[in-house]
Amino acid sequence: MLIGHQPKPFLLAVEALTVSFDGFKAVNNLSFYVEENEIRVIIGPNGAGKTTVLDLICGKTKATSGSIQFRGKELTKLKENQIVQTGVGRKFQTPSVFEDLTVFENLEISYPRGRTVFGSLAFQRDDAVKQRVEEVAEMIFLKDRLDTYADQLSHGQKQWLEIGMLLIQDPELLMLDEPVAGMSVSERAKTAELLNRIIKDRSVLVIEHDMKFVEDIAHKVTVLHQGQILSEGTMEKVKNDPKVIEVYLGH
Amino acid sequence: MIINSRFFNRSELIGFVALALVLFVILPLSLDVFRLNLVAKYLTYAFVALGLVLCWGYGGILSLGQGVFFGLGGYCMAMFLKLEASSVENTKIQSTPGIPDFMDWNQITSLPLFWQPFHSLTFTVLAIILVPGLFALIIGTAMFKRRVGGTYFAIITQAVAAILTILIVGQQGYTGGINGMTDLRTLKGWDIRPDHAKVILYFFEVFLLFGCILIAQFIRLTKLGRILVAMREQEDRVRFSGYSVANFKIFAFCMAAIFAAIGGAMFALNVGFMSPSFVGIVPSIEMVIYTAVGGRTSIFGAVWGALLVNFAKTSLSESFPQLWLFGLGALFIAVVLAFPNGLSGIWADYVQPRIDRLLASRKSRSGAWADNSVADGAPAE
Repeated sequence: MLIGHQPKPFLLAVEALTVSFDGFKAVNNLSFYVEENEIRVIIGPNGAGKTTVLDLICGKTKATSGSIQFRGKELTKLKENQIVQTGVGRKFQTPSVFEDLTVFENLEISYPRGRTVFGSLAFQRDDAVKQRVEEVAEMIFLKDRLDTYADQLSHGQKQWLEIGMLLIQDPELLMLDEPVAGMSVSERAKTAELLNRIIKDRSVLVIEHDMKFVEDIAHKVTVLHQGQILSEGTMEKVKNDPKVIEVYLGH
Repeated sequence: MIINSRFFNRSELIGFVALALVLFVILPLSLDVFRLNLVAKYLTYAFVALGLVLCWGYGGILSLGQGVFFGLGGYCMAMFLKLEASSVENTKIQSTPGIPDFMDWNQITSLPLFWQPFHSLTFTVLAIILVPGLFALIIGTAMFKRRVGGTYFAIITQAVAAILTILIVGQQGYTGGINGMTDLRTLKGWDIRPDHAKVILYFFEVFLLFGCILIAQFIRLTKLGRILVAMREQEDRVRFSGYSVANFKIFAFCMAAIFAAIGGAMFALNVGFMSPSFVGIVPSIEMVIYTAVGGRTSIFGAVWGALLVNFAKTSLSESFPQLWLFGLGALFIAVVLAFPNGLSGIWADYVQPRIDRLLASRKSRSGAWADNSVADGAPAE
């Protein structure tokens, strides 16, 4: 990494990150770096702190110590909505979409304009918005369901909708927490195809258990165990790491 | 692709016209002035209920302290009217003429400083909006920025209602105490007590109410309205879509406060007095019940809820005064358990489909080709 000690322009630099819940260190002195356009997958056994890492980056959980730099900005000092505005998007593990709103309205809310109180009062649904919403809706296979209320979508469709809501924000760093969990086989294939399309031109941080899926998309894999990095590198390297086999892969 | 591109959809337009007909034509023609004045009193609560639709129904923020804002608006108006009624001439039997009677009774010998600006009607009108608005802004900022929400917020608003009541009752030299401000007479020299004034005030109030309905409908149709709904369901998703959830909650809470304050000011004008019994915990909860009965996500439902519950209250408490509170409690429980969307929900689920079916069957019986009209009968919301 530090060949010739050249400072590399990392998109995301997590350094010495620690969070403790009543003394229990869910994430312990964790450091890792994500480059531009890199697809990084975080794997690890249950309770390893994977979701907590995403929570820390997006501001949902406050770090006890350590730093998270995104494009040189310190994220640990920002509020959640400010972190989103710097270009970090987060998908939750369970689909969280607005069920009382239509697919169109769900996507429109995520459209990055009119995010203040008075901005949203003055917000107009103009052609640019409509066009972008339709464009994203087509990508996430929901083009003909724009007027459907989100509570009528299937589990997989809700996941796609949430991915679409992130997509319309056009974040530079996209964080996905188990995007294919709970999906049928055909939905899974479609999602992989969708993800492969949307991860172009941006960095992605994914938590996933589906090894086939991880192999398909990962540039680099970070294995977490008890809040610390157990191993890091290419899928090939990680797969053959005896420590990883012992705690995670080889059970 | 047409999603709410019109200001009112079909069923909302019917609701709007029906309400306008009832309030502007049917009630004034069929009721005597005494009853019409009672309706005016009920309608002051419709303002509060309307605010609660925005704040609670859409934003999911339950405030059990709307009486505070109703009271602040009402007291601002009452202070102006009281000053006008306390001219030197009217109060010459007092030991200090020219100040409100209750001050004289409490050995206060000069008008307190904070009363002075209420000689001006312009200031009073501004104060009716700004005092409750700013107070809501302060409470809202203190609570929502710290992520206090749900039941905790509701309990705190109750505490605020209790505190304000105690304050008003305790400071009777400045506020009129438990009796409130009574004997309000004129507005800029125009007597508000005779029958013809009551009728004019009724129409003025209905106009204001429709103004507020239009504002509420406008907010509902903007992106802000949809963000409120989104926030009610998935607060985190809204936050992680780049919005400051606290600011949106503060806005909804302030709007509800301002609507309530307008209602309070109209109460002082129409009923002719203001007292702490409209500020405390019990009236605040009653206001929530009006909204719940009408349907907490329905703008028109809120007005109907305020009207009908108050009609029932007047007629029942005339005949069974002790039973009324139990009746109200039972009504609230019944609505929450059986009809969470209140009257508007009953309308949308049972009445509207029947009307649509009736219209549809009549159309097909008349042998018309166009079945398109059936598809037009889309759900109300």
